[in-house]
Amino acid sequence: MAPAQPILSVDQLVKVYPGTPPVRAVDGVSLEIAEGICFGLLGPNGAGKTTTVEVIEGVHEPTSGEVRYRGEALGRRFRDEAGIQFQATALQDYLKVREVLELFGSFYPRTAPIDELVELCALGEFLDRDHRKLSGGQKQRLLLAVALVNDPAILFLDEPTTGLDPQARRNFWHLVRTVQARGKTIVLTTHYMEEAYELCDEIAIMDHGRIIARGEPKSLLREQFEGAVISLPPEAIEGVDLPRRLAGETSRRDGRAMIQADDVPATLAELIELGVPLDELEVKSRTLEDLFLELTGEQLRG
Amino acid sequence: MARNKEFYRDRATLGWNLLFPLFILFGMAIVFSEGRQAVFEVAVIGEAPTSRFFELPHVRFTPAGDDLDAALLRVRQHRVDLLVDPGQRRYWLNSTSPQGLLVEQLLLAPGVEPSVQGRGPDPGWRRAEVEGRQIRYIDWLVPGLLSMNLMFSALFGVGFVIVRYRKNGVLRRLKATPLSAAEFLSAQVASRMVLIVATTIVVYVGSDWILDFVMVGSHALLLLILVLGALCLIALGLLLAARTASEELASGMLNIATFPMIGLSGVWFSIDSAPRWVHWVAQLLPLTHVNTAARAVMTDGAGLVAIAPQLGALAAMSLVFLGIGAALFRWE
Repeated sequence: MAPAQPILSVDQLVKVYPGTPPVRAVDGVSLEIAEGICFGLLGPNGAGKTTTVEVIEGVHEPTSGEVRYRGEALGRRFRDEAGIQFQATALQDYLKVREVLELFGSFYPRTAPIDELVELCALGEFLDRDHRKLSGGQKQRLLLAVALVNDPAILFLDEPTTGLDPQARRNFWHLVRTVQARGKTIVLTTHYMEEAYELCDEIAIMDHGRIIARGEPKSLLREQFEGAVISLPPEAIEGVDLPRRLAGETSRRDGRAMIQADDVPATLAELIELGVPLDELEVKSRTLEDLFLELTGEQLRG
Repeated sequence: MARNKEFYRDRATLGWNLLFPLFILFGMAIVFSEGRQAVFEVAVIGEAPTSRFFELPHVRFTPAGDDLDAALLRVRQHRVDLLVDPGQRRYWLNSTSPQGLLVEQLLLAPGVEPSVQGRGPDPGWRRAEVEGRQIRYIDWLVPGLLSMNLMFSALFGVGFVIVRYRKNGVLRRLKATPLSAAEFLSAQVASRMVLIVATTIVVYVGSDWILDFVMVGSHALLLLILVLGALCLIALGLLLAARTASEELASGMLNIATFPMIGLSGVWFSIDSAPRWVHWVAQLLPLTHVNTAARAVMTDGAGLVAIAPQLGALAAMSLVFLGIGAALFRWE
């Protein structure tokens, strides 16, 4: 536990959507987020990321559990100091970009100067355009500016780069780093491993409403994986009597047999000894994507 | 095509959309189905005697009531063609009404109304003409059309927009700001109010310029009616839009709210001769009070006291709608 008080702490959060059967979208999530970091919540579609952040944001009531902002239950202070960018947000019709910023600014007691937001998010060239006529990347930058309009201490970004082209995504990352450099805490959900790896100081991987791993992206990879993945066509090991240890490390996905190898040369020597044909062998170092597969048995981007 | 599918899947809406045309037919049938459609309407003071005139099939006879002034006003405004007092052998007609002159000929036609037996020669009918400016149908229609416009603007302008904002997430975004529901709803009321008052004034001035309609009362009172009526209908719009996120259902509910008012609040035609229970239903519709009060001011020059019941009804309904609407309101 960090010595300083976390800016946000979440304790045993549960959110059940009524229905037949009821859906436990969030199933006992606990988190602590230190001030000033970029925290990434990672998981496949439907893992409960969005519901988790929306309960934290106070948009949904939790079924049980609690969320505390700077040690207090969510209230006026949190709403004044949090900036939120939803996954899919529509804005009021018929408004120009400048009017959108002015409108949202009017809801808060303390606001960032609009000129500064415009410059930061590079909105200058379409300030007087109807916001519905913006491109995907432009719209995303406007929504970020809206989220920053109250000069928030904590910023929530829910899948901010989904649907953007690689160029626009890189621009957006740059923007997020600039915002973080200004001392703001960022909570980001994403299903792009690369994005989490690039931006986040700390990540939590979610699946089926639970957190299944958390830590620094690099150390998570280091802890979980020494070595690499050896991938073979499945016919190669068919009929081969694998020793128990190797069989336990073998799984199938994407039509390949994958063997987790902590010590690659030793494993390869073992396979050669067993007479496994290595013609189509591939050896890959492991990424968060593999970590995720290892943890959940699911593809991250289904 | 996809739109149609979505439409059919929304069963609640389908129900409304099937019921709605039926409701129109039903409403029209009630209003116009009092036996045969009468060609002329004659108001009768006291008991109608049994004689050939009072049994003519194409004349509708309605009791004039005790208030002679009110009855005369109806003649003046062409709402009845003739007012007859058989006891006094008197009748009143509006000399600018061709209908009235025709019914007069029927009344006076030889053999239609023979002298009463045993009373000697027929003393004859005494004729009286009503003075005052003729109220054309258009004069009567203008307040109705203005109020109907007000109703559509208030109900659809507020109700539909809120439902769309709920559906596409604008409301959810607002919920995450410090903005409170009361502030949001008040802003909706205020902005729509400004819009309605401004557009109604423009339409009023424009149609006065073209039609030169009758306006004998106070413009300040008319403005008061406009503001209260708009408040009441905006509040109804908020109430209907308090929960649903389905634009189809909202559209059905808004239609269900607007249709009875178009039919029964006296926008296009007077419901004076409709059955009693229709009057009771009409009293529950805000637009009825707007129309009644506006016409009283415009054609009869009514004062504040005369239209106080209508203003009171509008104010009370506004409070009820706002209260329930605010209590039911959900951002999502």
